Amino acid sequence: MKILVCISNVPDTTSKINFTDDNSRFDTSGVQFVINPNDEFGLTRAMWFKEKGGATVHVATVGEATTEPTIRKALAIGADEAIRVDAEPTDGFFVATQLAEVVKQGGYDLVICGRESIDYNGGMVPGIMASLLGMNFVNTCIGLEADGDQATAVREIDGGKETLRTTLPLIIAGQKRLVEESDLKIPNMRGIMMARQKKLNVVPPVEASPASEDLRFEKPAPKGAVTLVDATQVGELVRLLHSEAKVI
Amino acid sequence: MSVLVYTESENGKFRKNALEVASYGSEVARLLGSSATALSINNENPSQLGDYGIASVLEVTDEALDPFNANAYAQLVADAAAQAGAKVVILSSSADAKFMAGLLAGKLKAGYVPNVVGLPESTSPLVVRRTAFSNKGFANTKILTDIKIIGLSKNAFGVVENKVEAKVEAFSASLDSSLFSTASVEVDKVVGKATIADADIVVSGGRGLKGPENWGMIEELADVLGAATACSKPVSDLGWRPHSEHVGQTGKPVASNLYIAIGISGAIQHLAGVNAAKTKVVINIDPEAPFFKAADYGIVGDAFEVVPELIEKLKEFKAQNA
Repeated sequence: MKILVCISNVPDTTSKINFTDDNSRFDTSGVQFVINPNDEFGLTRAMWFKEKGGATVHVATVGEATTEPTIRKALAIGADEAIRVDAEPTDGFFVATQLAEVVKQGGYDLVICGRESIDYNGGMVPGIMASLLGMNFVNTCIGLEADGDQATAVREIDGGKETLRTTLPLIIAGQKRLVEESDLKIPNMRGIMMARQKKLNVVPPVEASPASEDLRFEKPAPKGAVTLVDATQVGELVRLLHSEAKVI
Repeated sequence: MSVLVYTESENGKFRKNALEVASYGSEVARLLGSSATALSINNENPSQLGDYGIASVLEVTDEALDPFNANAYAQLVADAAAQAGAKVVILSSSADAKFMAGLLAGKLKAGYVPNVVGLPESTSPLVVRRTAFSNKGFANTKILTDIKIIGLSKNAFGVVENKVEAKVEAFSASLDSSLFSTASVEVDKVVGKATIADADIVVSGGRGLKGPENWGMIEELADVLGAATACSKPVSDLGWRPHSEHVGQTGKPVASNLYIAIGISGAIQHLAGVNAAKTKVVINIDPEAPFFKAADYGIVGDAFEVVPELIEKLKEFKAQNA
């Protein structure tokens, strides 16, 4: 089985978010970038297919040269080869078009993405890829087994889960629970050394237009001070929630 | 630019998010100087959408469309958009709508903007305001394509009554069997209990509760309020509560009207996931807990004393206001 794991290079979850250039861009100064957490679950699942069934695992990202440390980390975790589409990831449609081309060129049986990137939260790249490629697709995937070209996937739904039967070639959008958090792979020294020798292919983007454009960013308005209620006056909280906040 | 609204039903009834997108869609259409058509699938009373400003409903009745199938539904929405001549398509933020959205965007070659928090900032060009950076920021996003898809955040607009007469017209699309190549085998859903996605109120517990055996009062509080129960990441990691209850940046997002956090300190990742809740209440014994900076109301106190008292006061309140 040939697997492609699509990786987004995102600010670490603890990052303070600031904007620059007249609030038109995310301010990357002092920000640590990591593999998107939703993609990390997928990468670990891909490693499982490699260890158990001898799958070949490639990773791909759309981004400029600054994203390479993140891709190298994926190689250090155990991916065999990496592809970087050398372009600024302007919007979801553009990124999906680029990754769809990578899938077409590489002939993958299984493509694993994350449910959404934790920066722009678009959550559309895997679905658009599936649509462009005519591949089967399962979103918010929390379980995946494959046997030959048959696959069983579990997805999270509002208030529960759904088991789906499908066939390869398949695209899934993974998230927390796809693998146990305690099983997430962390690069070891040997992996890091080996990653230096692995192929990182830089390919030019294909012609594609963005479908949307972020004009301006803004931070949430600073929050007013909390209204504290004395622990002996719990009834007052009930009154406030009813007559002031009007939520009960 | 006419508008198509995709409305979700469950067991033949509209979900609350369907009434919200209908309300929103009819208002967007008004701003565009146009009209809104809704697509309704397997609903017993589609004309109900008239109560929320929808004058035209395309009604689909087809057993093959139960349960939800993302590919088939995307095809139906695309066909309905063509039928209605719609240039703007509006979806909710449910798990099903988000599953379908990318497929639909690919099919229609449409720009899709999810997590939209209100009416368009401008209609020409179409610019919408959405959350980004996991609720740590907002973006004003311009949609550049001919057909535009808006994904409305839960509770961003609300359900707004605006009675008109809805004309319901039967609609069918030719659904090729290949659309069903990914098919549901089993749906495992909590019944008779509020879910984090749909609930107006969410009651959430953290490590401050000391152990899973102490969740009885959280469940009782949720019961009194008709709320869903949730928990912080450490709690689900420790196995005190199921992962499905974890709310936060890597867990489920909360966008309820009221969020009550008990014994949760308020790590930045947790706050990112619950920021969209309208009113936040924190109960914590540590006055320095970061959650107090993000909350609207707070009680500094021992949860084991405050929560039972709160349950009593809420019961009294309910008895008086019944």
